[in-house]
Amino acid sequence: MKALINAALVTMSLLVGTVATAAEFNVRITNLTNGIWFTPFLVAAHPDGTSLFTTGQPASANLQAMAEGGDISGLVTDLQGLGATIEENPAAGLLPPAMSANVDLNTDGTSNVLLSVVAMLLPTNDAFAGLNSITIPTAPGTYTYDVPAYDAGTEANDELIVGMAGGAPGVAGIPADPGGLGGSGGSGAAAADANGNVHIHRNTLGDTDGVAGTSDLDSRVHRWLNPVVRVVVTVQ
Amino acid sequence: MKTNYRNMIKPLILLSGMAFLYACDGSDSVLSSPPPPPPPPPPPPAMASFDVTVTNLTNAQPLSPVAVIAHQTGYAFFAVGAPATAGLEQMAEGGDNAALIAEADADAMVTVTGSGAAPIGPAGSETVTVDMLESALPGLQISVATMLVNTNDAFTGLNSMPVETMAVGDVISVRGIAYDAGTEADSEQAAAIPGPAGGGEGFNAARDDQADQVTMHAGVVSSDDGFATSDLTEQHRFDNPIVQVRIERTD
Repeated sequence: MKALINAALVTMSLLVGTVATAAEFNVRITNLTNGIWFTPFLVAAHPDGTSLFTTGQPASANLQAMAEGGDISGLVTDLQGLGATIEENPAAGLLPPAMSANVDLNTDGTSNVLLSVVAMLLPTNDAFAGLNSITIPTAPGTYTYDVPAYDAGTEANDELIVGMAGGAPGVAGIPADPGGLGGSGGSGAAAADANGNVHIHRNTLGDTDGVAGTSDLDSRVHRWLNPVVRVVVTVQ
Repeated sequence: MKTNYRNMIKPLILLSGMAFLYACDGSDSVLSSPPPPPPPPPPPPAMASFDVTVTNLTNAQPLSPVAVIAHQTGYAFFAVGAPATAGLEQMAEGGDNAALIAEADADAMVTVTGSGAAPIGPAGSETVTVDMLESALPGLQISVATMLVNTNDAFTGLNSMPVETMAVGDVISVRGIAYDAGTEADSEQAAAIPGPAGGGEGFNAARDDQADQVTMHAGVVSSDDGFATSDLTEQHRFDNPIVQVRIERTD
C-alpha cells in the first residue's frame, strides 16, 4: 500500500513538474556581510524530497568538503545523480563583501522543483551559507530569501589561518583569508563544536591582536550578524 | 518635508477650465436666461494616509529621529554594495536626517517625506504619518531610515516596502536589520560616537571604513569582549532585528 502511495506521489509531482510553466528563472546572490568572502557558489534545482543538508543532522562528506574548503565537486556529483539542474560558480571565483552574482536556470522537462544555494564563508573553519530546498516559485514575480550562516559541525572553530591545507576535510585550520585582514600567531579559539550536527553558526570570536591572542581573525572585521546572503529569485 | 501641492493643483486647473467651457455654451440666449448657477465646487481630492510606527527593539541603542519616505520604484535611500549618499552618511554617522530628507525631496520619484520629532530610546516607539493623494498609490513604496546612535555608522529601517495594494485599515508589520554605512571606521571610540555612550563627533566627511560601500553591520565588539580601546560595553551590543516597523493605512 505504501509503495502505491509513493508511486502516486511521484506521478503527481511529475504532473506538477510538467504543468509548471515558469521553468526559467534568474537567481541573484548578494554577499551582505561586512568582511566575509564566499567560495564559489553551487546553485541547484533538485527534485522534491531531496536536500543538500538538514539542520540537526550530520553533514555529508561532500557537504563537509564544501564547508571546510569550498570544494563543491562532490555535491555536484550527488546532484547529477538526482538529475538536478546545476549551475556552478556564478561569481567566477570568490564573492567579496557586498558584491552580487547572477545566474539563469531552466528546469524545463525536469521534476526539479526545489532550489538550494550553498557556499563557504572565508575566513572560517567550516561555516557555510545555505538556502535549503525552497520551493521554486512559478508565478511571475520577484522573491527574496535571506540566508543565515550554518556551522557544518565537522571542524573545531580554532580560527587559525593555516593555508590551503586547512581546506581539506578533517584538517584543522582556515584555508584562506581573501580580505587579508586577519592575523597570525593565535593559540586556538575553540575546541570541537558542542553540536557536531549542522547548526546555525554561533559567529566567529576573533580578537584584536594581530600577532598573538587566541584567534587569527579580527573581531572588528570577521564577525557577522545574520542574514549573510540574500537570494532573489525572479520569475519572468 | 515634501508636500504634494503640484499634483493637487493640476486637477483644480482642469476643473476650472471645464467650468469656463460650460459657461460659454449656449451664450446666444444669455439675455433671456436666468443667471447660470455657480459651478459646483470641485470635490476634495481623495487622499491616502499611512501611519508608520517604529519601535526600538534593542537593549541600549537609541535611534535617531526617523526619516519616512514614500516613493516610487527608482528611488532607494541605499543599496548593499553601493556607496552611501552624502545624506545617508550624515544620518548614519551623526543621526541628523535633514540632508537625507532633502535628497529625497529633490528626487522626482519621491512622493512625500516625514520626520520623527525626537530620538527613540530602547523599547520606545514613534509614529510618523505621511499623507498623499490617492492617485499616488500605484507603485507606492515606503522606506524608513534611522541611526543606531551608540555606533560609528550603523543604521536600520526599511528599504522600499510596497504598500500600493493596502486598503484602508490594512497593516503591514516587518522587522528591520542593521546596516553599516561604510563611511566611518568602526573604532567604537567615544570621540566618534554621537549617542549617549560617546557624546562625540557625529558626521565627518572623511570616508575611512573598510570599503566605501553599504553592507550589513557585523555588530559592535565592545571593551567587554576584548576590544580594549572600545568605549562601548557589552550593553551596547545588538543582534538582528533592530526595529519593528508597523505601517497602517488610515485613509
